Amino acid sequence: MRKVELKGLTKSYDGKQDVLKAIDVTIEPGEFFVLVGPSGCGKSTMLRMIAGLESITAGELALDGKRANALSPSDRDLSMVFQNYALYPHLTVEQNITFGLHVKKISKKEQKARCEEVCAMLGLTDYMKRKPKELSGGQRQRVALARAVVTQAPLCLMDEPLSNLDAKLRAKMRSEIRQLQRKLGITMIYVTHDQTEAMTMADRMMILSGGDVQQIGRPLDVYNNPANTFVASFIGSPPMNLIEAEISDSVLVADGHWMTPITADMKAKLQTDKVTLGVRPEHISLAKDSEPGFLVQVANVEVLGTETLVTFDFGEDTQWIAKWNGQSDIQPGAQIRIAVDDHHLALYSTETGERIYCQASEQAAEKKVSS
Amino acid sequence: MTVIRQEATSGSTGDWHLERKRAWSNWMTGMMFLLPSLILFGVFLFYPMVRTVYLSLFLTDSQGVPVVFVGWENFVNLFQSTSFQLSAKATALFVLYTVPAGIVLATALAILANQKLRGIGLFRTMFSATMGMSVAASSVIWMFLFNPSIGLFNRILAALNIPGVQWLLDPQYALLSVSVATIWMNTGFAFLILLGGLQNIDQSLYESARIAGVSESYKLRKITLPMLSPTLFFVTTVSLINAFQTFGQIDLLTRGGPMESTNVIVYSIYKDAFINYNVGSASAQAVLLFVAVLIVTVLQFKIGERKVHYQ
Ligand SMILES: Nc1ncnc2c1ncn2[C@@H]1O[C@H](COP(=O)(O)OP(=O)(O)OP(=O)(O)O)[C@@H](O)[C@H]1O
Ligand SMILES: [Mg+2]
Repeated sequence: MRKVELKGLTKSYDGKQDVLKAIDVTIEPGEFFVLVGPSGCGKSTMLRMIAGLESITAGELALDGKRANALSPSDRDLSMVFQNYALYPHLTVEQNITFGLHVKKISKKEQKARCEEVCAMLGLTDYMKRKPKELSGGQRQRVALARAVVTQAPLCLMDEPLSNLDAKLRAKMRSEIRQLQRKLGITMIYVTHDQTEAMTMADRMMILSGGDVQQIGRPLDVYNNPANTFVASFIGSPPMNLIEAEISDSVLVADGHWMTPITADMKAKLQTDKVTLGVRPEHISLAKDSEPGFLVQVANVEVLGTETLVTFDFGEDTQWIAKWNGQSDIQPGAQIRIAVDDHHLALYSTETGERIYCQASEQAAEKKVSS
Repeated sequence: MTVIRQEATSGSTGDWHLERKRAWSNWMTGMMFLLPSLILFGVFLFYPMVRTVYLSLFLTDSQGVPVVFVGWENFVNLFQSTSFQLSAKATALFVLYTVPAGIVLATALAILANQKLRGIGLFRTMFSATMGMSVAASSVIWMFLFNPSIGLFNRILAALNIPGVQWLLDPQYALLSVSVATIWMNTGFAFLILLGGLQNIDQSLYESARIAGVSESYKLRKITLPMLSPTLFFVTTVSLINAFQTFGQIDLLTRGGPMESTNVIVYSIYKDAFINYNVGSASAQAVLLFVAVLIVTVLQFKIGERKVHYQ
């Protein structure tokens, strides 16, 4: 278990443009910390800086409270799983797993014992004498994992280890990795661009975009309470629906005629009369006859078995997605009446994208106060 | 559906004809593409090879026209001649001097030049520069270096108070001197290929090794050399064949002398064919050289390939 602290960590490859901009975060011992963000946002760079494979331009990296900026990778006592696995093609699985263990003054016998143990744990026992090219993608991935586990390093870094696997195997490996991390009690920093992986695996996650931290928090907090429109549209599948809206008196008007009432405390937070409104797909439903609803035209319907995604036109060039449980038989082109659950509205500044108001967070805060 | 099925049954014998016809036209198309190289190879390679084997069984006149069929006599004579034995020995030594040393040198240079340093491009250009130099130009350079009175080597020796050496004129040193020049000339090619091989090695293998914390020499032995082995194998094969066929620098630096100490087989073939007009004997030597290269290459593939890690 290791504590990893980044203080104003900055990286620039060319000396002009910052790829990472003053990252501040503390990763607690034993935590499963997920770094998530779109391609090119600097996730790998950050991981490689923690590993010591990339120099630190500015700021400080501390491991267990001690400054580690200039420490060589091997002195940081960590293990890393590379995105492409980085297995040695000329060595057998066993040799791959025990590669470099002699440096840690581990006897041949102990190496063998440890190797057999992790192979048993990861179901690789039958493949120990094979070369990587004779393995399937998932097996290779497990070898890479075994190589990280066998060192018994207290900190493990993983760079998109599941990106090459098919959906089914990915789901399986997701839970295997998570269980392994719990069992060994190691600190894990896990990079992915897949928000499902981030949501399902993380104790806490950090959303990066363009080298800037967008939000750090527990997955559900991030989901319920996105800090800005970027996070809102990145986390969640399908993402949060957004639209520009105007405030007139005590109602919010979007698309000229759709309106929803706003409460007094909502109104108190609003300085401008233009905001971006956010609604999660699961908070849009078909309006009951008695309810006030809003007529929209269905553009597309995707039935996923347990749930149905309905894409409909909302405003001139926006499409929203609603998610309903069950299998719905709405046809594209149909006119439906929708209702938006006004207990789950989020308002963002149209200029900066920052959160102004989020009902979920207000409720959570209220709960905390009252309890 | 019914229409198709009808056609299929009624056409079952027709199918066979059609298939044959298609196979034939496929073969013809393939041949058309192959023809240019087949003609070139035929005219410049296969025909001369067959002709050489043919000539090696004849006594020829000074024009190279076969006169009397003598069977194996040319070969028997060769095996009995001390001159040919010397040639064979010189060739073997030359290969032994140039190939291993050349490859070790090129590998070392390639590893050095594969570092990420500022200005490394300059060194890469320098190390590979000999590839762009003609044998003639390189030989002239080395002629100057070896020159007994004004050459660099003897000046260095003189500065160290060691008597000068007749580099190219002393039978003891001549083959070695030519070998040194040859190593230098061939380094560029081997260097470039090996550097390419090194750059193909996945960088993350080294990063993984850095995290494991293994030593540099361990990385070299356990990652670089095994990963480079296919390239090394290729370079070795080409260098071996190349060494057996070296002619230019020998002609320019020593002309096979002194006392036939650098009279490698290729040079001996040249002398027999174009100076002594003994084309039969020259052809017999050429056939023997071909067989020798073939055996060495086959051996290399048999032994060497086992140690090669193809990805
Ligand atoms: N060695 C390098 N030299 C210069 N720029 C680099 C280098 N490596 C990465 N970058 C730049 O830094 C930025 C972040 O790259 P990084 O590899 O960290 O992205 P990432 O978040 O891991 O993306 P992905 O999800 O595609 O792997 C990119 O804009 C990239 O172009
Ligand atoms: Mg990456």
